[in-house]
Amino acid sequence: MNEVSEGFRTAFSMLVGLDPQLVEIVALSLRVTLSALAIACVIGFPVGGALALLRFPGRRVLAVIFDALMGFPPVVAGLLVYLLLSRGGPGGSLGWLFTPKAMVVVQVVIIAPIIVALSRRVMVDLWEEYEEQLRSLGVGPGRAILTLLWDGRFSLLTTVLAGFGRAIAEVGGVIIVGGNIAHVTRVMTTAIALETSRGDLALALALGIILMVLSLLVNGTATLASSAARNAG
Amino acid sequence: MSGSNPSAAILPLELVDLTFEVSGRRLVDGISARLEAGSRTLILGTNGAGKSLTLRLAHGLLEPTAGSVRWCGPGAADATRRQAMVFEQTVLLRRSAAANVEYPLAARGVDRQTRRARVAEVLARTGLTALAGRPARVLSAGERQRLSLARAWALEPEVLFLDEPTASLDPSATRAVEDLILTIGASDTKIVMTSHDLAQARRLADEVWFLHAGNLLERASAQAFFERPESEKGRAFLRGELLW
Repeated sequence: MNEVSEGFRTAFSMLVGLDPQLVEIVALSLRVTLSALAIACVIGFPVGGALALLRFPGRRVLAVIFDALMGFPPVVAGLLVYLLLSRGGPGGSLGWLFTPKAMVVVQVVIIAPIIVALSRRVMVDLWEEYEEQLRSLGVGPGRAILTLLWDGRFSLLTTVLAGFGRAIAEVGGVIIVGGNIAHVTRVMTTAIALETSRGDLALALALGIILMVLSLLVNGTATLASSAARNAG
Repeated sequence: MSGSNPSAAILPLELVDLTFEVSGRRLVDGISARLEAGSRTLILGTNGAGKSLTLRLAHGLLEPTAGSVRWCGPGAADATRRQAMVFEQTVLLRRSAAANVEYPLAARGVDRQTRRARVAEVLARTGLTALAGRPARVLSAGERQRLSLARAWALEPEVLFLDEPTASLDPSATRAVEDLILTIGASDTKIVMTSHDLAQARRLADEVWFLHAGNLLERASAQAFFERPESEKGRAFLRGELLW
């Protein structure tokens, strides 16, 4: 019990004193996750929009696949990206394995399907409402997708936050392709796993508190976004 | 507001044996008729007569199962851009009233300065200037329908299709919308409107198409239809009998 309370005390002093090691790990976590999130949104929104609006053979199959991929096991994603980026793999020449770039790639693989599947659902609902009117106004598919993205922005923010929450809390994939190398690829989740196994609870607790706060912020923002979406009609 | 260029008119519109089937059931059954410029045409009939489907087929939102829709004017190639439609249930974008009017103009590549001027002009003529910055979706039902009309009018359509635009409005809002329809109709825009309201048809129609069970039973001037309906169903409809 003493060990735990001592751990909390040290954790708070690290947080208050902005411990350099802590700051470095949190900064890398946010850099990797926000990069992955931005890339996943750039890929996911247009794909989600196309699946919602366009009629083409295999559309439903693709929608089902993306729905299923929302539950893609991160360690399997990590393994696939590892094979892709390892020296003998097709992306081996890039030299990205055990760098933050590989961690971004694996997080994109994990969260892009979430962005695609959830944004498709938002846009399917909106399209049901807008289709006749936009077609009547002579709006083409490209502008229609942009319109749905804008008009569904509050609902889509919830989608983005779901992707952020999944990516920031992910450990299996990033540890496989990142290697949890100190000062290079160590992020909050991998650091918590390592420090806990070492018995250094202070750093693990401090990082855990930050993760919890981030999670609360994300959920709070998602709730506010949903409320704004309802108020927007 | 300037009217459409008559030298590039898309009218007349010919419906040739227009048919629309769903699961083997004919909802629009071989309608043939011609719409000319100028007069206000009201498509009358009970619920399920095929009025809204006929409007959607004419506007190009639906593909006919058989038959055809032909724009016969010299500007026929531009027909899609020269027509607009307002629906019974207004669909407004989640943005301001002014932005709703500006949206289709931007979609058609109208430059920003022209867009802004046209939006201001249309909002003024529809009495919505004071609501320009208000979110469209918080407006009253009557204001929303007037905004829908303003959005369509901003495109300066040669033909404006209106699908029961006052069906869910109270008398005061209906009056405002009807006044606006008359104003738009007076600005070189052909009005083609559906309704099941006889009193409204008497107020607005120059020409009446009477539909029943997907068939066009009568096509006559409003005066002729109301004074001497030719079909038994038409006479029954005017007597206020329940048709099915």
